[in-house]
Amino acid sequence: MSSVQTTPGLSKILMLVMARDLRLAVRHWDQVLQPLIFFVIVTTLFPLAISPALDELRKISPGVLWVAAMLASLLALESLFRPDVEDGTMEQWVLSGQPLSLLLLAKTATHWLLTGLPLVLMAPIVGTALGMPQSVWPVLAGTLALGTGSLSVLGAIGAALTVSVRRGSVLLALLVLPLEMPVLIFGARAVDLAMHGEAVAGPLNLLAALLLFFVSLGPFAMAAAMRISVES
Amino acid sequence: MWLWFHKLSSPPYAYRTAGLVRPWLFWPAIALMAIGAFGGLVLAPEDYQQKDAFRIIYVHVPSASLSLMIYTVMAVAAAVGVIWRIKLAHAVAAACAPIGAWFTVATLVTGSIYGKPMWGTWWEWDPRLTSELILLFLYLGYMALRASFDDTQRADRASAILAIVGVVNVPIVKYSVVWWNSLHQGPSISKLAAPSIEGSMLWPLLIMMLAFVLYFGAVLCDRLRGEILRRERNASWLTESLARS
Repeated sequence: MSSVQTTPGLSKILMLVMARDLRLAVRHWDQVLQPLIFFVIVTTLFPLAISPALDELRKISPGVLWVAAMLASLLALESLFRPDVEDGTMEQWVLSGQPLSLLLLAKTATHWLLTGLPLVLMAPIVGTALGMPQSVWPVLAGTLALGTGSLSVLGAIGAALTVSVRRGSVLLALLVLPLEMPVLIFGARAVDLAMHGEAVAGPLNLLAALLLFFVSLGPFAMAAAMRISVES
Repeated sequence: MWLWFHKLSSPPYAYRTAGLVRPWLFWPAIALMAIGAFGGLVLAPEDYQQKDAFRIIYVHVPSASLSLMIYTVMAVAAAVGVIWRIKLAHAVAAACAPIGAWFTVATLVTGSIYGKPMWGTWWEWDPRLTSELILLFLYLGYMALRASFDDTQRADRASAILAIVGVVNVPIVKYSVVWWNSLHQGPSISKLAAPSIEGSMLWPLLIMMLAFVLYFGAVLCDRLRGEILRRERNASWLTESLARS
């Protein structure tokens, strides 16, 4: 029976945060699947609405995949902070004396593992169904890997701002989508260039730069927003 | 200087000051608008290529620059409000948003009226048009977020974060959108050293710009007073001054 309880180090805490979210995801695996199914359904709408001819679909496939990925990541944001805020866990985090920005970043990173990464793996398969050549797979997966990271961080800022608002999901889309447009532009652009066999380094570098930028500054905005949402 | 700043940030003082300043902004703005409109619509010669249609720039260009300027004012006011915890700065930011949104709408509408005879289309997915549209979305998001909180203080701080994130992101949005090839003509008046616009066409534009800035100031005073009234509706200074008048 020890009388002194030591606080674990910061890296240990971040590991615990990530492990907890991963474990929760395994137990609610159906919720993890929902955005993915949504992604597939949205991409299915385009052949139905436009034309089943692969020639036409191939032209719009980069845009379709990117828009669908953006909407799926938006849908997944709903579950990022809300359960923790509702059951009071987030309040404890705010009071814990640990850097809230890092805790939220760890949470966002886990969220990306659960929602962004499956999209990255899924997109080439769906892309093939839209007539995308196999040679584009690496570029498609690469842009999505970099891009969904940025989407997760920007989305987390919006989710932290709107988490205490009732029926905040429409509001969340309204706030986050305009801010996410650069990611969409560069991502879809790179895939489009790759399909025409051109160099893709430019937009890929820009996507990576955006990701670094958002990851380095985003957590502070997340933490400030979360403090406002939790205190009341 | 600091004393003045602190004095200004007190709601009763700001309320009175805004009321005093307003006519000094509003009437010069109207007068300059009349002069600018006369200069632009009557005195300025026809454009050799665009004929009379170019004259819409006397509304279009000032609106466009104001739509961006007001967003910056709003974000700076929001940042001041967050950093120094000045409630009045939040009121200024709140007052800016609808004005900026309307100037953005004015820019888009006059732009598409201008675009129809010039480009033969109401709308073109051109970088400048698109980024102006995204700016409108940012204004709308800001106002929607502000409206979704019942508590004014939380609305202030949450929307301030959005405004600051937005202003950091605006250059990124702008440059990302410039990826497409542009139909929109380049800026004509920023090249003051060798203006590509003739003097008789230029001076009404500059007058109009000044008029629009003054007009923004006047409307801001009005809206700020409204905002202060709404926020201080239970304050004793307000009921006292209302009782006196």
